Amino acid sequence: MEVEDCRKGTKVLLDNNPYNIEDAEFMKPGKGRAIYRFRFRNLMDGSSLERTYHSGEKLQEANITTREGQFLYREGDHFVFMHTDTFEQYLINETQLGNKQFYLKEGMIITTLFLSDRPLDITLPIFIETTVTKSDIATRTDTVTAQMKRATLATGLELDVPVFIKEGDTLKIDTRTGNYVERVVTKK
Amino acid sequence: MTDDERQRLARLLPNLKRRASIHQITRCFFDEQGFLEVDTPVRSPAIAPEKEILPFESDGWFLTTSPELYMKRLLAAGYTRLYQFSHCFRKGERGRLHNPEFTLLEWYRIGANYMDMMTDAECLVLTIARELGYGNLLQYRGKTIDLTIPWPRITVSELFHRLAGWDPVLNPDLSRFDEDMVVRVIPHLNPYRPTIMLDYPAPMASLARLKRDEPSVAERAEVFIGGLELANAYSELTDAKEQIERFHNEIEHIRREQGRTMPLPQKFLESLEHLPECGGIALGMDRLVMLFCDASSIDEVMPFTVDTV
Repeated sequence: MEVEDCRKGTKVLLDNNPYNIEDAEFMKPGKGRAIYRFRFRNLMDGSSLERTYHSGEKLQEANITTREGQFLYREGDHFVFMHTDTFEQYLINETQLGNKQFYLKEGMIITTLFLSDRPLDITLPIFIETTVTKSDIATRTDTVTAQMKRATLATGLELDVPVFIKEGDTLKIDTRTGNYVERVVTKK
Repeated sequence: MTDDERQRLARLLPNLKRRASIHQITRCFFDEQGFLEVDTPVRSPAIAPEKEILPFESDGWFLTTSPELYMKRLLAAGYTRLYQFSHCFRKGERGRLHNPEFTLLEWYRIGANYMDMMTDAECLVLTIARELGYGNLLQYRGKTIDLTIPWPRITVSELFHRLAGWDPVLNPDLSRFDEDMVVRVIPHLNPYRPTIMLDYPAPMASLARLKRDEPSVAERAEVFIGGLELANAYSELTDAKEQIERFHNEIEHIRREQGRTMPLPQKFLESLEHLPECGGIALGMDRLVMLFCDASSIDEVMPFTVDTV
């Protein structure tokens, strides 16, 4: 695509890697050449870079789409997902998912960002509910502050929870912060 | 009408009022000196061919990129002092300081040169500042700019030498010039004073005449205030032969590099042999208003931009 048509939010390929244009500045001396200064964010690893272009130059547009998918299971360092419309499966590896892997529950519906057919990233629901698989035994001390202890969840996430939480409890977690929100009371 | 638009336009009211005052003060400034306000066509069969200014086409004609050629045809017919607020159109120019449709204030004086036009610009800006109650000090983007005249003048050669490390007069590299101008030079001008840049390299003369005793530079000057390129002045080129040659070069470059054909502005060229020595200047009205509204974007001083029409 022409550099003139690139703006904030346009997704492009630089050296075969997908980038989002985070900031676009148009500069031009009255009688002179137009200069475009872009700040790019790498959609794979989050790194950023700045480049300057002149009118007439071209950038390669990245074909970025989003599709709904379901998390099926983990296999080694890969996570297996399925398109909810075609039931085709696709894989995303551990490194690409980063911390998001610790919020994935089997059967969970998420949004996946694709570069052509290549899955790049997923968007999680803001809150998830999952069970405690391991928690320390609280050591009571004589303080009036809320007591917290470490716990591990079924998804693999480790976090601080209140002392009254027991193994097997279902918790509501904020995926943006990784923090405990509340205990979910399940009806027997 | 959406709530967004109602709120956006309501927020603009103080700036639009100020804009109207600035227009009024400007008209008084020129009227008192015996300038005639004119209004020339916005749509024309031919405009000045300039390789870095892309015109909009309109039914085989062009929307004006500057009223310069018509103003000079009037001067050639015997008019002596002219000014005009002109809506101008330049394709693809959109950013914090650009909108494809914008307002140029141009004025011309018979018998004047580029330095006289700079003096006019100094007086105009100072007059507006005083009429609006600022005195000589203007607050813009967190800095206090001292508008006391005369404003510091420095040659392009010296400024580039100091800020970009090379001399574009000795070594005229056009593409490097423009990039260094916006990246290395303009951002590092003294923020507390206006700057007048003088004597552009001859290949960047545009419609300015070359200096008689130093033909490697053109009698062209620009005013910068608060990081804004505000006005561009020439001792106007009156040599028809040289003008035709420059236009031919531009037209050829445009055809070769951009695949566009541009006609020669014949009537203007025919009038040139009657054009007396004169100075002319084009000032970006929107940017002038930005300065006096402490606005960081041109969107804050026009009710409708290309994104809100």
